[in-house]
Amino acid sequence: MDLQAVAFYVLAAMLVVSALAVVLIPNVFRAGLFLVLAFFAVAGLFITLGADFLGAVQILVYVGAIGVLLLLAIMLTRDVHHGSPGNRLWLPASVLGALLLGAVSWSLLNTTWADKAAEMPVPATAALGASVFDLQNGFILPLEIGALALLAVVIGAIVLVGEKK
Amino acid sequence: MDWLHWLFYVGVILGAVPVMVMAFIWLERRGLGRLQLRPGPNRAGPFGILQPVADAIKVLTKEDIVPVAGDHWVHFVAPLVVFAPAMLVFTVIPFQEDGGLVRGLVPDLNIGILYIVAVSSISTIGVFMAAWGSNNKYSLISAFRSMAQVVSYEIPLALAILGVVLAAGTMSLTGIVQAQAVPFIVMQPLGFIIFFIAATAELNRTPFDLMEAESEMVAGYHIEYSGMKFALFYLAEYAYTVGISAIAATLFLGGWKAPWGVGPQVGVLWLVVKILLVFMVILWIRGTFPRVRVDQLMGFAWKFLFPLSLINIFIIAAESLAWPGLPWWLLFPNTAIALVLVVVWSGLFRLGGGRVQV
Repeated sequence: MDLQAVAFYVLAAMLVVSALAVVLIPNVFRAGLFLVLAFFAVAGLFITLGADFLGAVQILVYVGAIGVLLLLAIMLTRDVHHGSPGNRLWLPASVLGALLLGAVSWSLLNTTWADKAAEMPVPATAALGASVFDLQNGFILPLEIGALALLAVVIGAIVLVGEKK
Repeated sequence: MDWLHWLFYVGVILGAVPVMVMAFIWLERRGLGRLQLRPGPNRAGPFGILQPVADAIKVLTKEDIVPVAGDHWVHFVAPLVVFAPAMLVFTVIPFQEDGGLVRGLVPDLNIGILYIVAVSSISTIGVFMAAWGSNNKYSLISAFRSMAQVVSYEIPLALAILGVVLAAGTMSLTGIVQAQAVPFIVMQPLGFIIFFIAATAELNRTPFDLMEAESEMVAGYHIEYSGMKFALFYLAEYAYTVGISAIAATLFLGGWKAPWGVGPQVGVLWLVVKILLVFMVILWIRGTFPRVRVDQLMGFAWKFLFPLSLINIFIIAAESLAWPGLPWWLLFPNTAIALVLVVVWSGLFRLGGGRVQV
């Protein structure tokens, strides 16, 4: 087994364990911390796949921004130590979860993956940038639409929380 | 990459950074003493040079107190989550030109500066864990302040770094240093000012040390820590300061390069000299400025640094479209623009003056 495989299995085990911990641990703050760990493991998986830019952005956005906001929201809630008490929705939730897992696994196993169609550029960052901002076949318009949508969200947030004059 | 290289540089970083941090703690305490007209630590060894060693021994032998009502696991892990990213920052700092004997651990990482920004954002989580695990209202307030501050100042910081990346055409730190025929502090003075102020705020140092304001919240988020765990927080804080100084030296001061190419061509030497230079300015600021208020802090980030960093990006983008390769004479218009913008923009609004403006 080469080093990359070892890294993959370690990260995958970390991801599964922390994802299970997110659902099973009653203490919400600790569950949030495990979610951050899961994000971290996903970033590690991206990096082992050669997607270094994606891995760094995953840490920056999910660990540094979304994780922090999540923990902040948890700290603002009451009775964190009592955790999330069980309710009657656990049965339908687990059935739905099992169905979703089955559907995803089935489609993953039954898809013919066209791997090695083109040689992966390593490092991938420059190639990624070139393909996104390519003038003919690039994705400049979707990118700009995304930027506009984010701007609208920011303005909406200011309008929502701003002082009533 | 061979194993020897990794082993050697991990050892160098783990060994050299704490030694440097201890030296810088001594320098800061002595220098601050000079600035405040008092001797500073001067008993242990000549010029008090053994004071950090004495402090380290004291801290190691202290009792480790864990709050009963806190979350013990979170309390235990928090110092590690703060400390590890501080060390990780140093892995991509290049020490010397390629081919030299000493180069650094992974100086050619193609996403170098993005990696630094990403890794240093992790330690905020550690601050939260420390505050939550302590179950102390002062530490919680401190963590909230830290969160608001770090999130606000990360934006101008990243935008100022983006200006450098745009001018260099690469995110690799080695590439950025090689692109600096003229150091970027001269080419992009506005970007450097924004970077430096935002970095000081990210470090939670004076005048932005609201989360540790002694008169308001005793000690900040690590109030319930003692012994080795507190030492880790203290070490991480200074390791970050050295790290930010190293990043500033690499991004804006030409990194390992000798100024004008004269002097001994030993990259590490020049890097350390430049780190020391940036650190001394940070120290000087600490000895000079009073602490800002919360509303002033937020107003400064969003009304001053943020618009100016957007203008900075725009100017550099337009210049690199008009004159590819950015010739050296652009430093004259850039310096003039920076001066005019800073003066005009400071006159545009007042940061609350004597009253609290929310």
